[in-house]
Amino acid sequence: MELLSGGEMIMRALKEEGVKMIFGYPGGAVLHIYDALYQQDSVEHILVRHEQAAVHAADGFSRSTGEVGVALVTSGPGATNAITGIATAYMDSIPLVVISGNVPSHLIGSDAFQETDMIGCSRPIVKHSFLVRSIEEIPGVMKKAFHIAKSGRPGPVVVDVPKDMTAPQEKRPFQYPETIKLRSYTPALKGHTGQIRKALDLLLEAKRPVIYAGGGVVLGDAAEELTILSRRFGYPVTNTLMGLGAFPGSDDQFIGMLGMHGFYEANQAMHQADVIFAVGARFDDRVTNNPKKFCPNARIIHIDIDPASIQKTVRHIEVPLVGPVKPVLADMIEMLNQMDIEPDQEALKAWWETINGWREKHGLWTGDRYTRRDQIMPQDVIRVLYEVTNGEAFICSDVGQHQMFAAQYYKYDKPRQWINSGGLGTMGFGLPAAMGVQLAHPERAVAVVTGEGSIQMCIEELSTCTQYNMPVKIINLNNAALGMVKQWQDMQYGGRYAGSTYSDSLPDFVKLAEAYGHIGMKVTDPTHLKTKMEECFSMKDRVVFMDIYVDPEEHVYPMHIPTGSMKDMVLSKTERTK
Amino acid sequence: MRHIISVLMENEPGALSRVVGLFSQRGFNIESLTVAPTEDATLSRLTVTTIGEDGVIEQITKQLNKLIDVVKLVDLTEGDHIERELMLIKIKATGAQRAEVKRTCDIFRGQVVDVAPAMYTVQLTGASEKLDAFIESIGTSAILEVVRSGVSGIARGERVLSV
Repeated sequence: MELLSGGEMIMRALKEEGVKMIFGYPGGAVLHIYDALYQQDSVEHILVRHEQAAVHAADGFSRSTGEVGVALVTSGPGATNAITGIATAYMDSIPLVVISGNVPSHLIGSDAFQETDMIGCSRPIVKHSFLVRSIEEIPGVMKKAFHIAKSGRPGPVVVDVPKDMTAPQEKRPFQYPETIKLRSYTPALKGHTGQIRKALDLLLEAKRPVIYAGGGVVLGDAAEELTILSRRFGYPVTNTLMGLGAFPGSDDQFIGMLGMHGFYEANQAMHQADVIFAVGARFDDRVTNNPKKFCPNARIIHIDIDPASIQKTVRHIEVPLVGPVKPVLADMIEMLNQMDIEPDQEALKAWWETINGWREKHGLWTGDRYTRRDQIMPQDVIRVLYEVTNGEAFICSDVGQHQMFAAQYYKYDKPRQWINSGGLGTMGFGLPAAMGVQLAHPERAVAVVTGEGSIQMCIEELSTCTQYNMPVKIINLNNAALGMVKQWQDMQYGGRYAGSTYSDSLPDFVKLAEAYGHIGMKVTDPTHLKTKMEECFSMKDRVVFMDIYVDPEEHVYPMHIPTGSMKDMVLSKTERTK
Repeated sequence: MRHIISVLMENEPGALSRVVGLFSQRGFNIESLTVAPTEDATLSRLTVTTIGEDGVIEQITKQLNKLIDVVKLVDLTEGDHIERELMLIKIKATGAQRAEVKRTCDIFRGQVVDVAPAMYTVQLTGASEKLDAFIESIGTSAILEVVRSGVSGIARGERVLSV
């Protein structure tokens, strides 16, 4: 058998897992691994400028491809810097393997230089973690890490490697296991046939149905099945923030995103529904508003790979269905094909009339729902972005008002096209995630929709973009304040802007972009927006930083009224639902 | 309601911290916790008693099951079961009190396992309620020290929790 050092074993395991690219930052505890990395050529390493960005980039890579993302960080501060990235991936169920170095085994627990208990620090935000205790166990640990990360409900796995486990002179036999079986971990591979049948029966009885699809459909590669099934039924479809793209955004059957900043018609339809078909969605508090008032008349079907997501917040689930969405939906389609029964067309027609009435009156895409002032409106930036990119760009968002505008006004027709930190809401996610997306898709347009607050949280990555020629386009909605915080302060704190403004100290983003070797553009005139945007995307091989000054007073609407039901919304600065 | 959840898990370093961490992370309550290896050295058996409404207990069992190290679990309170806890208790016992303590100990089928001039150390096993009752009968003023093992439990009849 081949003899390899622990460092070499890690690199070989990555190769065996089909990993082409990893994101990392070297340091003392991982130098042996870096030396092994240097001496092989199947895995490329991208040197970021901060470990948080390494994990976000691996995350963006994974979200856009469906493959496991890999990050490599050193012990101590390297590991703790990675924590935000790991938590981000955990909340959105993104499969990652994060390899962290640790001090040599004999120093663990001695407060050694750059020592931190990574297993302990990361415990609440990982799907699982491993501390390598012998060189021999490295192949098995790596195999398990990848298996756990990508199967079932995906998630990040940490592999913590003490430095002595990777010493180049310590060679051990290496054989990479072909399969792995864990007696304590057997995620469902199919749904229960009886429950599938019940789900179909209930769906066919519906008079006012809504299909509520979430990130599980995107992660489970089930967008195609969802689309086929939804079209068969002809029922309205709403997507969660994480589910955008699971059903084509430009399709008439799509009634928009739901939730806190969801479309009026989507939230109303949910509240009035008699049957809700929840697919790969987890009834998040940003969706349900007050769970006690959630959709009082709805009989609910819930498909989820994670049994713990079922009945977690909303308790009245009539048909729970545990299983991966793709085979479950495929089974539903097949069973439906054999059934000789169709939905109630008359009821459906009336339901669509009601929904279309809501859409006419309040839909974000059916009229101008915001007042244009003499500045650039943030919503218009997204609309123009949609036009200029033909709706085909990867949109990587940061967190805040711009994120909601990007979710509302860009129509996502494809899954994995919309990349954002939905669960954790991590500012600084956008740019590094976009790097991962761009590296995975060198020929595609990748835009970062951000704000001057978020972008400054990982702005150092502009340097990484230079080094590896990642021509992402940064669409900075500059309102010179932390917009979402300010919006809440307007609505709930009498306009007292505590800690949310910094307009006098913002950098000159054009010069900043230029300092990193990129192109900077400042846009302030609404009539220049489109031509500037076209110019930006025509520079295919350059990073362009568009610093777009938008109306600083604008709010994101609709917005759920706190503690209310799905249908209770503020619609503008002057209107709210009754 | 009080539940006794019995968990078979991998006897791995870190497994216990994952279970305990889960409870604190999600705001679940732990009344008592016992853990030790089983006849199979690769498995540990952990018993946790907790109090919560049905929804909370459902989440506890589901979230425990999600932990990779957890092999199997059962909520013993869902069926007939035997529950035992061991207590070692040091009690002040001088003069007339000495006979009284011994008598109470006999009533509860406890054993005096250590004797000193001014105290007894008593060992008592039983359901937690019985141990509570013993403590109450002795009265806190006479108690010097109490050590309780936490609850262990097993299902009655042919039901078995094994791999």
